[in-house]
Amino acid sequence: MANADCIIIQGSNMAECHPVGFQWVTEAKARGARVIHVDPRFTRTTAIADKHVPIRAGSDIVLLGALINRVLTEGKHFEEYVRAYTNAANLISTDYQDTEDLDGLFSGYDPDTNSYDNSTWSYQTDEHGAPATDPSLEDPRTVFQILKHHYSRYTPEVVAENCGIEPADFDYLFESVTENSGRERTTCFAYAVGWTQHSLGAQFIRTASILQLLLGNMGRPGGGIMALRGHATIQGSTDIPTLFNLLPGYLPMPSAGVHDSFDDYVAAVGTPETHKGFWANGRNYAVNLLKAWWGDAATEENDFAFDYLPRINGAHGTYQSTERMLADGVDGYFLLGQNPAVGSANGRMQRMAMSHLKWMVVRDFSLIESATWWKDGPETQTGELKTEDIDTEMFFMPAANHTEKAGTFTQTQRLVQWRHKAVNPPGDAQSELDFFFHLGKRIREKLQDSTDPRDRPILDLTWDYPVDEEGEVDPESVLAEINGYHVGGEKDGQPLATFNEMTADGTTAGGCWIYAGIYAGGVNMAARRKPREEQDETALEWAWAWPLNRRILYNRASAAPDGKPWSERKKYVWFDEDRQRWVGSDVPDFPIDRAPSARSEQFYGGPSHLDGDDPFIMQADGKGWLFAPSGMVDGPLPTHYEPQESTVANPLYEQQNSPTRLTMKREDNLSAPGAGYPGSEVYPYVFTTYRLTEHHTAGGMSRWLPYLSELQPEMFCEVSPELAAEVGLEPYGWATLVSPRSAIEARVLVTKRMTPLNIGGKTVHQIGLPYHWGVGGTGAVVEGDSANDLLGVTMDPNVFIQNSKYVAGAVVPGRRPRGPELVDFVEKYQASAGLSPESGNAHVTVSEEIVAESADADRSAHSGGHRDRGGDSAVGVSPSRTYGGGPGRRDEDGDVGTESGSDQDPDVRLRDSAEDRRGPVDIRPAGATDEDLTAKRASDDGSSISAADDGTLDGADGSPDGSADDPTGADGEDPGSDGEEPGSDSEDPGDDGSQGKEE
Amino acid sequence: MSAQTLGTDAAQNPFDDGALADGHWHDAKHNRKGFFTDTSICIGCKACEVACKEWNHNPQDGTFELLGSSYDNTGSLGANTWRHVAFIEQDSERIEQARESGRKLVNLGMPTVRPRTDETSGAQPLDGALGAAAEGRTSAGLPTTPELGVDLLAPGALEPTDPDDFTGVDTTPPDTADFRWLMSSDVCKHCTHAGCLDVCPTGALFRTEFDTVVVQNDVCNGCGTCVAGCPFGVIERRDDGTINTPTDRDDRKAADMDVPDKGTANKCTLCYDRLVDGQEPACAQTCPTQSIKFGDRADMVDQAHERVAELHKKGLTEARLYGANPNDGVGGTGSVFLILDEPEVYGLPPDPRVPTKDLPKMYANAGIAALGMIAAAGLSFLGSRRS
Repeated sequence: MANADCIIIQGSNMAECHPVGFQWVTEAKARGARVIHVDPRFTRTTAIADKHVPIRAGSDIVLLGALINRVLTEGKHFEEYVRAYTNAANLISTDYQDTEDLDGLFSGYDPDTNSYDNSTWSYQTDEHGAPATDPSLEDPRTVFQILKHHYSRYTPEVVAENCGIEPADFDYLFESVTENSGRERTTCFAYAVGWTQHSLGAQFIRTASILQLLLGNMGRPGGGIMALRGHATIQGSTDIPTLFNLLPGYLPMPSAGVHDSFDDYVAAVGTPETHKGFWANGRNYAVNLLKAWWGDAATEENDFAFDYLPRINGAHGTYQSTERMLADGVDGYFLLGQNPAVGSANGRMQRMAMSHLKWMVVRDFSLIESATWWKDGPETQTGELKTEDIDTEMFFMPAANHTEKAGTFTQTQRLVQWRHKAVNPPGDAQSELDFFFHLGKRIREKLQDSTDPRDRPILDLTWDYPVDEEGEVDPESVLAEINGYHVGGEKDGQPLATFNEMTADGTTAGGCWIYAGIYAGGVNMAARRKPREEQDETALEWAWAWPLNRRILYNRASAAPDGKPWSERKKYVWFDEDRQRWVGSDVPDFPIDRAPSARSEQFYGGPSHLDGDDPFIMQADGKGWLFAPSGMVDGPLPTHYEPQESTVANPLYEQQNSPTRLTMKREDNLSAPGAGYPGSEVYPYVFTTYRLTEHHTAGGMSRWLPYLSELQPEMFCEVSPELAAEVGLEPYGWATLVSPRSAIEARVLVTKRMTPLNIGGKTVHQIGLPYHWGVGGTGAVVEGDSANDLLGVTMDPNVFIQNSKYVAGAVVPGRRPRGPELVDFVEKYQASAGLSPESGNAHVTVSEEIVAESADADRSAHSGGHRDRGGDSAVGVSPSRTYGGGPGRRDEDGDVGTESGSDQDPDVRLRDSAEDRRGPVDIRPAGATDEDLTAKRASDDGSSISAADDGTLDGADGSPDGSADDPTGADGEDPGSDGEEPGSDSEDPGDDGSQGKEE
Repeated sequence: MSAQTLGTDAAQNPFDDGALADGHWHDAKHNRKGFFTDTSICIGCKACEVACKEWNHNPQDGTFELLGSSYDNTGSLGANTWRHVAFIEQDSERIEQARESGRKLVNLGMPTVRPRTDETSGAQPLDGALGAAAEGRTSAGLPTTPELGVDLLAPGALEPTDPDDFTGVDTTPPDTADFRWLMSSDVCKHCTHAGCLDVCPTGALFRTEFDTVVVQNDVCNGCGTCVAGCPFGVIERRDDGTINTPTDRDDRKAADMDVPDKGTANKCTLCYDRLVDGQEPACAQTCPTQSIKFGDRADMVDQAHERVAELHKKGLTEARLYGANPNDGVGGTGSVFLILDEPEVYGLPPDPRVPTKDLPKMYANAGIAALGMIAAAGLSFLGSRRS
């Protein structure tokens, strides 16, 4: 970031939430960069930015789409880069219909499942199956022309009308990004949960990716899109995930009925038959993971114990689990580093759900609200819960903090930094590693005589970590396992140096392929601390970044197609003609000796078939995807839809909201009716939640500490002077805020930092709400109402994250009612708005004819597309990473051997998937028959490992920025940022912090 | 720069008592240490406040209620809060005024600003103009800043002789001008002439080998004289540590903490205990944007001058320095600040004066008065003899 010439911070309050990383913005500014903050509020980030552009929450695609439109119409894109490195020239299927044609729908929409079949979004292929292109970019089916068409109505006028941004401000933004892009200069974007926590958050990021690809800012120093992660190792917990649908290294979690054989599964990861890029070696990565977990029990004969892996058969995200708890479908729950009673959306629903559990374990530093809701939560005050009626058995296990254990933090830039243990944890407090190691040992001891095949996966686990004299596991031994090692032969036990050494025959094992090399030569590379004075700016000897210690991903793009740097000023990685190698100040992100002129006959076949100008090496075709044929379940191109509960009509399409967003139609999760519907005036204002520097997420790490609590002692709301006058709010007095879910009280900060926006002639007031406070908890220094109680649950269909940034609500002066009157108060509002579970939850608002046309497009499409993607993603399978071309794909009758993995009728499959999303979920043991399942249900043995799996693996929603799944490969990042936060303790899995809220 | 600096300071400052006042060390092994707090890059994270309290084991302040002062909830420097971040929200009118007043401050020195041609000419008197504390003085007779060792006036950089002529310089002010949010981390000034130290009757306050001013809590008797002696209102007597201001809310009360050094005077030590071990102060080390810089005071002042010149070049004429002027009422401060408005806006006195500054004059007056009284007494004797 320090190398950027212009930095756009949008959807992030970087200075407040990532103050340590913000030093690089400060550095860039000192070197002359322009910093622009696009945000609903004037924050501490804005305070030292060059320019504040106030925006209406949730309208980011309108703004970014308008920038794309103007870049294309004025020809300001980086022509050479776009032609060489993106899929601009690819031709898209003639069956594809754009939102321009269908008033906000793409082709392939299924109104029964509210999901897309993306067969029509695929590349056209020639007779050999190779993607067809038009280098002139003039064919109307080229990605370039489709893109132009798609954004043609995203104009400065619409920006003014929908985002509330003045045309002059738009011009300033446009000039800033275009003048600071090209050969000599680069622009960087930074975002955080202000982009992700929307019902189409992943598409916000996609829009920025498209813009950055057009401007040639990916894979270059000072370019890229910084995904600012909320805690010290949230990036790490995506890499080695706490996500239900991923395994380490972004391998998908196998899905029951889809990945029944290992070959089916490997096809979903990536094969040489479908990929040029590094996913082609998917089999190696999968085999190594299985070998690392099951050691000698994983053999070539048993497909490396693939059947030991649990299968998923639905979405098991945090909110789906909550719903299942409410239906008494979950017995036990582990809470690790999470405080859903305060930190998750719709707090009341969370707390009520926990009251349905049979048992629950909370591991944290103190008795957080999620550990005490049964005796002092808000519902005990309203009388909705009575302590004596709650059957949940609660366990509290004290956790060690980050200074009390050794391990790693992986930060925003994928830099893995080792931290050493400073002191022993107090009392009974344990690290996660210690806790789970001993829990595993005890479970294995209990099972040791078991002959039940379902216990084999646990008994066969490699669970042999060396312990020190105090019985604690040596964390470096875990790092060594993650790194990988040779099995058998003369190198037996030696660490792997790179993931390229991984084999598919069982002679290597490694727990996370992208981390291979972190323990190369038996050296803990993450612990390297060479001072900056002793190395260059890239600082390759400070800690270690995955993959292969590479600091900027796709850095082949930092050189022109001919291998020479784009400019002297932005020189980074280039091809040395004399040595016939890629060289530079970073580890080149490309086959090291592949000459720029190299061309492969094949359009698949793994990395050895990458062309010399295919920089996006994780993509199936080596190109940056302006248009995403697969990977996004809600559309190949980002499209503006209004947020759930928006009081503003979509100015661009008849389709008001995202047609694929995941809704939860429940009495305890009501939504405001939305623009144009009666009752919407009852909730006229927009609440948007955020964090403060002084506190840490749900407060478990800060509200118990006097030094931090005194800095921000009370829950407050930020309102503009105009709104304060309109409602009658006194500065520093009290306000009560009501949403369709709940009502809370807060002190009032009247400030000009909040700007009323003129949206289509109407004034839209946004109210800022920090969400750090909670009611209850034992020993907290400060308490307060929780902003998340106001939120409803509506989710992004790609990653299951909730919309936190746009909540409809009302404000009145004074404190809220106490006790049962609070419930009456909320219900009064609900009644006057006439709310029902259907309110605001319509998926389609276009005519039936259009829906039919969209659906027909799908049926008429030939079967070259991804029959198994759209619905699958909704059941938790990572979206397929291919583009719809490829040899296996184009077979007319769809009978494609290893690739699709199922002959099932796609429509049936989709419908099943959608059912699964809501229906009961079982962790199906591999290969289990229906009889097995029935028996399992009958045994009612919910507190066994199946329930534990739910609780343990659950809790974090998908990451929209998970780089491996990002269809553009948009992850160009800068050296040296650091996700830690000063003034508060850093995050780790044992700490509090709802990952559902922050990622 | 170091001991010489002190000597030079003393030689040419208005406290011309010919001696190194306030127990300055003649043969210090260390250069004078100080902070340069650049508020233009402060992000208000308050990490300095927390790091300071953590290191020094200072108790928490207050009863956990909103102060009603933007994001500031600790209020001011005191016995427990040794770093304090102020938050000031301003609209365009006030920004314009600040820009104007800052421009005047700089223009005061502008006509004499020229690229340095030789060593002897030295830097020209930017300091008088830039030291906000000097506001109101005439430009005549302002001394040069001896510490200014860097040629911040590179050819062409700040050439205009006409105050309004910024030809060739991009003076377009950054466009946040309709509103701004100032943040500034305040701290003990560690004055060249420290009022607290001057008036301490027990010797509990002393000047260290780093030329900073530190309280020895085991010597302090808690008399509180120093509190009145500080022109900045920094030093304070610690009660039981937690100030339980009355509150009518039963959900608010101070946290129960161990309170060290009860009843004694307390203030920033510039982390004396860290300096002796070769470390930098906790606040400076934790500052994520390097808004708080620590080092040799002379370097700090140089950096401050460079930075203010840089900001003026960009049209941010509201920037000015505080504490860098050796001719102010305390002889300059060890903690130098770059601020973006009048000092009063940040709660800083515009013209701080060490109370002992007037001592010589007072002694002289007292002497004259005494002589007069003796004369009068003598006269009365003469008179009585007559009778």
